[in-house]
Amino acid sequence: MDLESVVKALNLKVRSGEDKLKAEIRGGYVGDLLSDVMANSKEGDIWITRQVHQNIVAVASLKEHAGIILVHGSEPAKDTLEKAIKGGVPIMVSDLPGFEVTGRIYALLSKRTD
Amino acid sequence: MDEKPLYEGSFTVVGGNFDNAGEVSTNIKSILKKIGLSKDVVRKAALVAYESEINIVSYARKGMIRLRVVPDCIMIEAIDEGQGIPDIEQAMQPGFSTANQKIREMGFGAGMGLCNIRSFSDIFQISSEIGKGTHLKMIIKANNNVIQ
Repeated sequence: MDLESVVKALNLKVRSGEDKLKAEIRGGYVGDLLSDVMANSKEGDIWITRQVHQNIVAVASLKEHAGIILVHGSEPAKDTLEKAIKGGVPIMVSDLPGFEVTGRIYALLSKRTD
Repeated sequence: MDEKPLYEGSFTVVGGNFDNAGEVSTNIKSILKKIGLSKDVVRKAALVAYESEINIVSYARKGMIRLRVVPDCIMIEAIDEGQGIPDIEQAMQPGFSTANQKIREMGFGAGMGLCNIRSFSDIFQISSEIGKGTHLKMIIKANNNVIQ
């Protein structure tokens, strides 16, 4: 499933990396502790978090995540957005809480692999 | 270890500068990718470099990360000038951290960094001197995965 399908299904607002929405999502990871995300997330994951500061861009780009979803109405900080645009890292935002965003994406991804 | 390295270099890390935290590791990762090391080895080395870099940014005045790549392994050293670690055994405990609130709010300082470095390295050495700094030395085996 590509990022664009998830954006449509969850009505996400895309804040950066609009040209990367064809990227394939291989899985997902939820976390606000950056060391946890660094150690346990995988390439091609969609990363769901509430962290909005600029260091999330470095983590997503090092781990080659498909993109980052900020939940519960969080918006990327100004310098985060600048870095994400420069680095071509898709950041999307949702008004839904993390539990709901995760559940919906999990259901979408499982449907595809069943 | 005296074979000619595929890459050798060092990178300066400024303590307290979270704005550019991760830049050195990103640079290291792209160097390793260019050399043609396997994905798994690059992934491990990138994590080790990132956690080492964040430790210097979080706790030291300044430091550097040295990278040396030879055909069968990657050596990463993180050498900092800082307060040092009084009790290394305690610092290696999962969840133990001396991070301040500012660091924790950013999602760092969860007491996972050193443990992650150790578990993603094949050889891990740590030494520290109070008031002087900390020296980490990691080796990640490349298992002859270099595509020549």
